[in-house]
Formats: sequence, structure tokens, C-alpha cells
Amino acid sequence: MHPITTVHYLALSAALLLIGTVGVLTRRNIVIILMSIELILNAVNINLIAFSHALQNVNGQVFAIFVIVDAVAEAAVGLGILIALFRNKETVQADEIDLLKW
Amino acid sequence: MLTDTILFYIFALLVLGGAVLTITRHSAMHAAISLIVSLLGVAGLYLMQQAEFLFAVQIILYVGGIMLLFLFVIMLVNLDQAAKQRQFNKQWLVALVAVSAVGAQVAYFIRAGRDSFHFAAPLVAGTPAGLGNTEQIADALFGEYLLPFEIASVLLLVAVVGSVVMAKKRI
Repeated sequence: MHPITTVHYLALSAALLLIGTVGVLTRRNIVIILMSIELILNAVNINLIAFSHALQNVNGQVFAIFVIVDAVAEAAVGLGILIALFRNKETVQADEIDLLKW
Repeated sequence: MLTDTILFYIFALLVLGGAVLTITRHSAMHAAISLIVSLLGVAGLYLMQQAEFLFAVQIILYVGGIMLLFLFVIMLVNLDQAAKQRQFNKQWLVALVAVSAVGAQVAYFIRAGRDSFHFAAPLVAGTPAGLGNTEQIADALFGEYLLPFEIASVLLLVAVVGSVVMAKKRI
């Protein structure tokens, strides 16, 4: 067995990012789209922590904290918008919310 | 070393398995519980890389805070109807093709740049020995990153006010 290096963490992070992107692009349920965004942000955090550990530099962890703060703000506002949408449109499917005409 | 390898693969399995279940389950509640498994796996990876403070933050904030918010919304909004309907939109094939193209590129670059990721000697620059992980983060956060820290607090205030305004029936 090979020892675990930074490359392993990068590959895991890339895989998680791609899974999250598939979720955002293909799901119809808005709640699950928001969850996929959380997956993407976690992939970013794994990357930051891997480099923080490899370079023995704590700045990556500080950036990870800022990413988590952004995730919290995004989840709070997103779920607030979702509740307002559900009250007005009675649906949580992303492709049924087509208020903008083109 | 062997324990590290085994633990990494266990946590990676938790992370990726939870993520795949999150985006494939019909019921939003099942997806949320799979997401919790995935986030706990990420927390384990933090612990393996000596980021103890972020390990605690991940569990308290993500699993305890964000996922609680998600579960509340799932229970508030009636999703039983949505679980019976079609789960994937019409562009899923295009999306899969696009994502595989991006995945192939990322895999190629990680593979091509693999050798540059072996850092010969860990740079132990600037941090005095004997400081714990939390102390080091605090030093960076309240020294070098003080202004971004304060801006983050304003961002959170805006998010709190914004979500209350969004979710309230009439202000």
C-alpha cells in the first residue's frame, strides 16, 4: 500500500467536486441542489486543508473557515428564498419555477 | 503509516458514498442524512491532517447547524409530492457529458502534475514551536486576517437579516 500523499486528497476533492456539480446540474428538487452546493464547498475545503498540511502553513485553514462562513450564509439565505418560493408557487422543482419569460 | 492509509480510505468511502447517495435519493430526508455521513467523513479527513479546530468547527457548524437548518426546511416544506415526481431534469445527459469532460481534464492535470506535489521538506516557517492548532489559527485570524474576519461578521449579519426578510410573510 502506498502512503497517503497530497495527491490522494486532491483526487478525492476533485471527485467530490464533480459529484456535487452533477447534483446541481441534474436534480430538480431545490433542497437537494442546495445540498450539492454544500458538497462542492466541502471539496474546496479538503483541497485547502491538504495544502495547508503539506506546506505546514496555517493560512489554508483560515481560508477554510471563511469558506464555511460563506456556506452558512448561502444556506440560510437560500433556504429563506426556498420557503418564500414555496409559499407563492407551491413547488420545489427548479424547472417549474419559470417566472422570467424569454 | 498503514493505519493512516486504511483510515484515509475509510473516510474517503464515507465521503464519496454519502455524496453519491445525496444526489441520487428520491426522498430529501434520505439525501440529508447521506449528506451528514459525507460531512462527517470530511471531518475525519480534517482530523487526519492535524486540523483539529476545523474538525470541531465542521461537526458543530455543518452537522449541527447547517444540516439542522436543512432538516427544518425539509419538514416545513411539504416534499412528499416532490418525492413522487421525476427527480432529474431533461438536461441530465448534457450535464453528465459536460461534467465528464471537466473530470477528464482535472484527472489529466492531477496526473501530469503529480510529481510536483511531493514537498521535499515541510516548511516550518514563522510558527513558533509548541503552539497548538487553534492558537496558530487564532494568531492568523486576529492578526493578518483581521479585516476579512470583520467583513465575514457583516456578511453573516446581512445573511441573518436577509433570510428573516425572505421567510417572513409580512414584515
